[in-house]
Amino acid sequence: MTSSSPDGPWGLSACCVRFGTTHGTVAALEEISLAVPRGQVTAVVGGDGAGKTTLLRTLAGRIVPAAGEVRVPPPRRIGFLPSASGVWNDLTVDENVEFVGRAYALGRSRLAARRLALLGRAELLGAAGRLASRLSGGMRRKLGFCLALLHEPDLVILDEPTTGVDPVSRVELWRMIAETASSGSAVVLSTTYLDEAERAASVLVLDDGHTLYSGEPQSIAAAVPGTIVHTPVRPPGGAGESAWRRGREFRAWYADATAGEVLDEPDLEDAVIALTLARSSEGDAGRRDRAGEAAR
Amino acid sequence: MLAMIIKEFRELRRDKRTLAMLIALPILLLVVFGFAANFTIKTLNTAVLGPGAPLARQLLTMRPQAAERLKIVVADASGDEGDARGLLRDGEADVAVVTGGEKPLVFINGANLFAAQSAKIVVAGLGEVVTSEILFNPELKTSWVMVPALVGLILTFIGMLITSIGLVKERQSGTLEQLAVLPFKPADVIAGKIAPYLLLASVDMVAVTLLARWIFNVPFAGNPFLFALGALIFLFVVLGLGVFVSTISETVGQAIQTAMFFLMPQILLSGFIFPLAAMPAGVRWIGYGLPLTYFAKISQGIILRGAGLAALWIPFVVLTAMALLIFSAAVLRFRRTITPARSPSTPVPKLAEELQS
Repeated sequence: MTSSSPDGPWGLSACCVRFGTTHGTVAALEEISLAVPRGQVTAVVGGDGAGKTTLLRTLAGRIVPAAGEVRVPPPRRIGFLPSASGVWNDLTVDENVEFVGRAYALGRSRLAARRLALLGRAELLGAAGRLASRLSGGMRRKLGFCLALLHEPDLVILDEPTTGVDPVSRVELWRMIAETASSGSAVVLSTTYLDEAERAASVLVLDDGHTLYSGEPQSIAAAVPGTIVHTPVRPPGGAGESAWRRGREFRAWYADATAGEVLDEPDLEDAVIALTLARSSEGDAGRRDRAGEAAR
Repeated sequence: MLAMIIKEFRELRRDKRTLAMLIALPILLLVVFGFAANFTIKTLNTAVLGPGAPLARQLLTMRPQAAERLKIVVADASGDEGDARGLLRDGEADVAVVTGGEKPLVFINGANLFAAQSAKIVVAGLGEVVTSEILFNPELKTSWVMVPALVGLILTFIGMLITSIGLVKERQSGTLEQLAVLPFKPADVIAGKIAPYLLLASVDMVAVTLLARWIFNVPFAGNPFLFALGALIFLFVVLGLGVFVSTISETVGQAIQTAMFFLMPQILLSGFIFPLAAMPAGVRWIGYGLPLTYFAKISQGIILRGAGLAALWIPFVVLTAMALLIFSAAVLRFRRTITPARSPSTPVPKLAEELQS
């Protein structure tokens, strides 16, 4: 069910989304809940195919869930930046702005003011007459972001706004995202960059359509089962499969026993990897149990 | 190199459209050029009019060459020259023989080029006993016959190809998703996408028709408003095809490839290059399923012969039915791509869950 509320709180409650395949239906989101408060940035993280885009498309009204509740403002109060560029390549920067402004029926003076404010902040005023196809990847993404914000939406949905963008443009984009949230809009974005997600007020970690963690990024360490250790070399044997490199050293996750120096404060990246490994090992154990029962 | 060859074959195997082009196109070309590529009209529909009609009919059947070619479809002793011209204008006969004068007068329908050429040979075989006149295209100019149908072909190219490319570009660049979340109604998006192409194709239609008159001196004998109505109906058919092509294509390349499947048969089997009457029945029926066949009849009928709605109502009705069916179905299909996708409510079977993990 989708309900439209102008004031919030917005988000999803126990949402299930399924896709039909040749093998039957496959779950893309399983009972996912997420609150998207005003004045904050909420990040959705997870690997490829985790369900990030599906979740954001559900919030944007592009997917009607099979079960659960979606609470969003009316469609005119939502700004959406899809994972593709979100700009019309054969139009100039100004023409893109004019088209979206007309779509939202913005008056001439308001459109002019928004154009000046947004393109100025995105440092795109100098490229206003340039075709969007002639912009760099980062500039195109910033333009897409400006288009999503043009009508001053209450809920801003950004699907991987910084993917494929150079580090300098990423910093600029994050500055704009933070300013948007501080102006009172609710911002929800997906990202594969966990260092970025750490800047969000709350984070939802998805894996294969399931919630691994939901809450403040600083509190994620407490949710990690088992122990994360750091060692100078990759642990030998089976433990090596649960290890990953961070800079010059390795980290390894153990469900029970440990071999190495325990990491006191794992950051979001370590915690997300450990949570994913924990879920995977639970799945393996479950499959082994079912196979054992079937054999008996 | 072997690795490249294997990779190429693997990609080709999965590229269904290219595969279809490799298989379907040679078959189509073989069928068309083997069976349909025939300019010789064996049977000419003939009307015999005037007081001497029964005698003329008898005489014609006595001449072997004429008897073989001329199929008497109308024999009316009370008919006159006006009736003969009317029958030819309405496309009911290729040849009309009017008796009652000093010599029988034979009218040939010049708008039906290949039939007219066959008729000329037959009439020449009758010798000095008849006087003949070619109507609508006295010099039997190929351009006069081709250009009206070419208007239809150009409209097909613009209407179908450009529309499908325009729509697919939107999907390929990801802006279709953006359009879907903008506060437009689906009908606004569809109308807004199609209207410019409808306008451009209409301008093209007028330009091509005027240029045809200016460059080739093609006469415009009929009612321009009736022609405009026919062209508008035809435009809805081709725009519908363009929208349909866009819904089954992900990239511009795929759209062009798919459009070719619709274009090739229209070029070869709609009767504007090879006459439908000269094709074997099986191939001819493919032609009867193509919209250009009916627009060519309307276009040639109005431009060259000055035919009216009474004579052209069948192609008008067929084309209107095609427009309603194709355009509505295509627009409904396109609408599905911009309306929210409904997640199936069926619970996930355990098997699917295990397949995923």
